[in-house]
Amino acid sequence: MNAIAEVLGLTKLFGHVRAVDDVSFKMYEGEILGLIGPNGAGKTTTLQMLLGLTTPTSGEIRIFGLELGSNREEILASVNFSSSYISLPYSLTVRENLMVFARLYGVKRPKDRIDELLRIFEIEGLKNTPARRLSSGQITRVCLCKALLNSPRILFLDEPTASLDPDIADKTRKLLKKIKDEKGLSILYTSHNMKEMEEMSDRIIFMDRGRVIAAGRPEDIKKEFKGEDLEEVFLKIARPR
Amino acid sequence: MKLSRIFAYTERHLYLYKRSLPRLMEVFYWPVLDLVVWGFVSIYLTRGTPRDFITLFIGALILWDILFRSQQGISVSFLEDVWSRNLLNIFVSPLSPAEYIASLLFLSVIKLLLTSTVMVTLAYVLYSFDIFLLGFPLIPLVLNLIVMGWSIGIITTALIMRFGQEAEVLAWGIALLFQPVSAVFYPVSVLPGFLKQVAFFIPSAHVFEGMRQVISKGAFPVEDLVWAAGLNIAYMTASLLFYGWNFKVVKKKGLLAKVGE
Repeated sequence: MNAIAEVLGLTKLFGHVRAVDDVSFKMYEGEILGLIGPNGAGKTTTLQMLLGLTTPTSGEIRIFGLELGSNREEILASVNFSSSYISLPYSLTVRENLMVFARLYGVKRPKDRIDELLRIFEIEGLKNTPARRLSSGQITRVCLCKALLNSPRILFLDEPTASLDPDIADKTRKLLKKIKDEKGLSILYTSHNMKEMEEMSDRIIFMDRGRVIAAGRPEDIKKEFKGEDLEEVFLKIARPR
Repeated sequence: MKLSRIFAYTERHLYLYKRSLPRLMEVFYWPVLDLVVWGFVSIYLTRGTPRDFITLFIGALILWDILFRSQQGISVSFLEDVWSRNLLNIFVSPLSPAEYIASLLFLSVIKLLLTSTVMVTLAYVLYSFDIFLLGFPLIPLVLNLIVMGWSIGIITTALIMRFGQEAEVLAWGIALLFQPVSAVFYPVSVLPGFLKQVAFFIPSAHVFEGMRQVISKGAFPVEDLVWAAGLNIAYMTASLLFYGWNFKVVKKKGLLAKVGE
């Protein structure tokens, strides 16, 4: 498999605090890579550095073989991001919001692409609804549409199902897996829902106190830490012994 | 009614004032500025009401609004994305920081055109004041005010990125800090000695001196316009450099994600 993204010796210091400490990993084409760990493990900081929002103290990030710092625009044109912690301008309708991002990403035939994504996420009826009238679950789905607008090669998802009800969350997970399988999309996924991570991830990176403490397929990690499921592994690692 | 509940809720706000300089500024800033500006206006009027007072006053009001809106066109547009938690969506897109600033400048011009059209029309209909009587000098006067508003807007935006929503109050109030020394409603000669020196380095002070020269004497204010343009070039360059430097610091400190969530 080809590495689509590569992180080498990534370190981030905030004053004397080592938020991310010498982290290295590869992300392969068409895989879902789960990033898990307790609060303060360094997941969000790692994600922010991969998106170019935070500058690393040291280390290297290569995406599509290009160094992120000096090829920001080229790389960001082919990746996208969604999180349950961000939203969209409330006064704009769903269609207007998506149109703005379609233009920012240079999407060809944006109207068709928007209609296609709204249909996939079963929210085509909300096209002309202002974002302020949407429920948090509907906003999350519109944000996912935004994240897929540019047909990204890599998708960064930060707890994408956190505000969804179990039914929509399940549909969203299945949909993301389907898109991944059909388009060969690579996804970096974070969530505190261990069941979800086990279901979604091809491989998992377990972080604690800024460091990678385990990496591999979910079943290998469970075996390594002698846990029945990822939740048990998580508790073993997160709770002070 | 329970006093303990009333005090509890009062305490909630007092905690904010204890730790937030921008909020503390709110308590003193506006009243002090009002006192200073209207104090100088009063001193000016006690010297005798000028013949063109109405023209000078309304003209000054419209031109000041151009500066104010030009600044707000940038900082409030930025805040719109902070309020709607959309900033991260913007900064993880291929939009470069330079393109982002260019877009905010363009937006401020659109907003300004709309506001100015309404202001100019209302001034004509209600007070028979025709701003276009200023003639050709109106163009460089307005351009200088727009550029000064941009410089203030860019610096304000950078400060909000750095200090978060706590610094949001700057978007509404920072331009007004320049109002007393801009000598909007009175000539620079009204200001005390040290403020006259400060006013010399404020582009808008030269613009308003120029406006008074056009209205009172019908003369083209070459010297004032040259000073205003020179200072504006310097401040615009400085504000862009500050924005670029600040953007790097904000990314280094991981603050961009914090202000955007």
